[in-house]
Amino acid sequence: MELLSGADMLIRSLQDEGIEYIYGYPGGAALHIYDALFRQDKVKHILVRHEQAAVHMADGYARATGKPGTVLVTSGPGATNTITGIATAFMDSIPMVILCGQVASTLIGEDAFQETDMIGVSRPVVKHNLSVRHPDEIPEVVKKAYYIAATGRPGPVVIDIPKDMTTPNERYEYQYPKKMKLRSYNPAIRGHAGQIKKAVDMMVAAKRPIIYAGGGVVLGKASEQLIELAHMLGFPVTNTLMGIGGFPASDKQSIGWLGMHGTYESNMAMHHSDLILCVGARFDDRVTNATEKFCPGARIVHIDIDPASISKTINADVPIVGPVDSVLKEMIGLVRENSVKPDEEALIAWWKQIDEWRAFHGMRYEKSDTYIKPQEVIEAVWRLTNGDAYVTSDVGQHQMFAAQYYKFDKPNRWINSGGLGTMGFGLPAAMGIKLNFPEHEVVCVTGEGSIQMNIQELSTCKQYNLPVKIVNLNNQALGMVKQWQDMNYESRHSQSYMDSLPDFVKLAEAYGHVGIRIDKKEDLEPMLKKAFAMKDKLVFLDIYVDPHEHVYPMQVARGSMKDMWLSKTERV
Amino acid sequence: MRRIISVLLENEPGALSRVVGLFSQRNYNIETLTVAPTEDETLSRLTVTTSGSDKVIEQITKQLNKLIEVVKLVDLTEGAHIERELMLIKLKATGSQRAEIKRTVDVFRGQIVDVTTSVYTVQLAGNSDKLDAFIQAVGTAGVLEVVRSGVSGIARGEKVLSL
Ligand SMILES: Cc1ncc(C[n+]2csc(CCOP(=O)(O)OP(=O)(O)O)c2C)c(N)n1
Ligand SMILES: [Mg+2]
Repeated sequence: MELLSGADMLIRSLQDEGIEYIYGYPGGAALHIYDALFRQDKVKHILVRHEQAAVHMADGYARATGKPGTVLVTSGPGATNTITGIATAFMDSIPMVILCGQVASTLIGEDAFQETDMIGVSRPVVKHNLSVRHPDEIPEVVKKAYYIAATGRPGPVVIDIPKDMTTPNERYEYQYPKKMKLRSYNPAIRGHAGQIKKAVDMMVAAKRPIIYAGGGVVLGKASEQLIELAHMLGFPVTNTLMGIGGFPASDKQSIGWLGMHGTYESNMAMHHSDLILCVGARFDDRVTNATEKFCPGARIVHIDIDPASISKTINADVPIVGPVDSVLKEMIGLVRENSVKPDEEALIAWWKQIDEWRAFHGMRYEKSDTYIKPQEVIEAVWRLTNGDAYVTSDVGQHQMFAAQYYKFDKPNRWINSGGLGTMGFGLPAAMGIKLNFPEHEVVCVTGEGSIQMNIQELSTCKQYNLPVKIVNLNNQALGMVKQWQDMNYESRHSQSYMDSLPDFVKLAEAYGHVGIRIDKKEDLEPMLKKAFAMKDKLVFLDIYVDPHEHVYPMQVARGSMKDMWLSKTERV
Repeated sequence: MRRIISVLLENEPGALSRVVGLFSQRNYNIETLTVAPTEDETLSRLTVTTSGSDKVIEQITKQLNKLIEVVKLVDLTEGAHIERELMLIKLKATGSQRAEIKRTVDVFRGQIVDVTTSVYTVQLAGNSDKLDAFIQAVGTAGVLEVVRSGVSGIARGEKVLSL
């Protein structure tokens, strides 16, 4: 057997795990590892400009491919800088392994230089964390980390690696485990047959059914099964923000996404439904609004890989723990065999009602002669990218507009921080995707607030030639904050104003990219076209949009799902 | 309602802090917590008493089960079970108090395990209510120090919590 140092074993384990890119930033405690990295060329390292961005890059890659991303950082500040990124991945169940250097095991507990208890600090925001206690366990620890990160309900896993575990001249036998089995960790591999049957019986009997599909459909690669089942049943489908693309937006059974800024028709249909088939979603507070007023007439079937997500906020009548793809497949089989078919007459009436709701609102916004509307920017981006780009976003109004007006027909294309709502996510996430899909259009929709949280990554984009397109919906304000202040604080705009903005065009140029400022309506389309034609250039589009615009619909706080503002003056 | 949850946990560093962290992170309360290795040295057995609505308890058991190092768990209060807590209590014992305390200790089937001219140290085991009742009986005025182990529990009959 081969004899390798801990550092070499670590890198070899990554190779054997099939890892092509890792994202990171070096420092003292990780230097043996960085040296091992230097002496091989299979695993390629992307040097970011801030560790948070390394995690978001790995995250973007993971969201687009479904495979775990990998991050490498040093101890102390390197490790703590990853926390926001890890928490972002954790909230959205994104598979990822974060390798953190640590001071030598002999120094731990002595407040050594750059010592931070990363196991303790990361504990509440990881699926699991592991520390290396002996160099020869490195292959096993790495295998375990990827196994845990990618199976069941996915999530980030941190490995803490004291420097003396990677000492160059101490060698051990290397063998990468082929398989991993843990007695204490056994994610469900299929749903309970009796429960599935019970659910299907309820579904075919429903008069006003709705399918509420979440990020689990995307993560669980169950889009195909969802489409097939929905078509067989003829039920309307609404997606969560995380589930966008899991069911094609252009399908006539799609009624858009739901919740705080969901479509009128989705929220109305949820509220009035008599049966909700929840597939891989978790009744988040941004969906349900006040839980005690949630969908009073609905019985609930809830499919999720994570039992703890079921009946957490909203009670399920039929809980089904299992991978969504396999459960949906079984449902398809049962519906096909079932002698009882969905109630066609009831469904016709139900669709008539939904179509009325759709006609009543259907994502309208007020056009303007003077201002560029943020919504029309997104519509134009959608048109010019043929609805087929990877779109990442930051957090704020621009995020909601992107999710509302870019019609996603495929899963894994809409990439945003849904659970944690992390400003600064968009650009690095887009970079992680572009690196792995160089031929594909990758657009980052952002705001002048959010982009400045990781703007330094424009430098990384230059170094690795990552020609993403940045669409900055510049409303010269922390728009979402301002909207809440308009609605709840009599327009007292406390600290929501973005003063002293940089000249983004010059800034982009300073980093070696192309910057374009758009502030006239008539320039919008031609300038966007010009930008998208520059295939090999990163283009920063600084687009001055209506600074007064709000995102609608918006659920009324503490109301039911159907209580919404539809514009600044219209409340239903 | 009060519950006793018994957990088999991988005997690994950090595993206990994950359990404790989970309770504070999710705003669940811990009344008592005991933990010690088992006859199988790779496993620890942890007993936690907590209280909450059925919904909260369901979440607690599910969230505990989600921790990678939790191998198995059982809510002992769902079935017949035995619970015990150990108390060591130091009582002021002078003059006529000495005989009085002795009698009370006997009634509660405790033992006086250490004696000075003015102090008795009493050991008492039982369910938590019994320990509370003892303190009541001797009167809090005479109590100098109390240390309780927290609850340990086991199911009655054939049922076992093991791998
Ligand atoms: C790291 C972080 N800090 C604060 C917030 C709170 N927050 C949510 S939206 C928002 C405003 C974002 O402004 P901008 O990026 O310009 O987007 P806009 O809403 O104007 O489109 C803020 C501050 C957050 N989500 N993330
Ligand atoms: Mg803004």
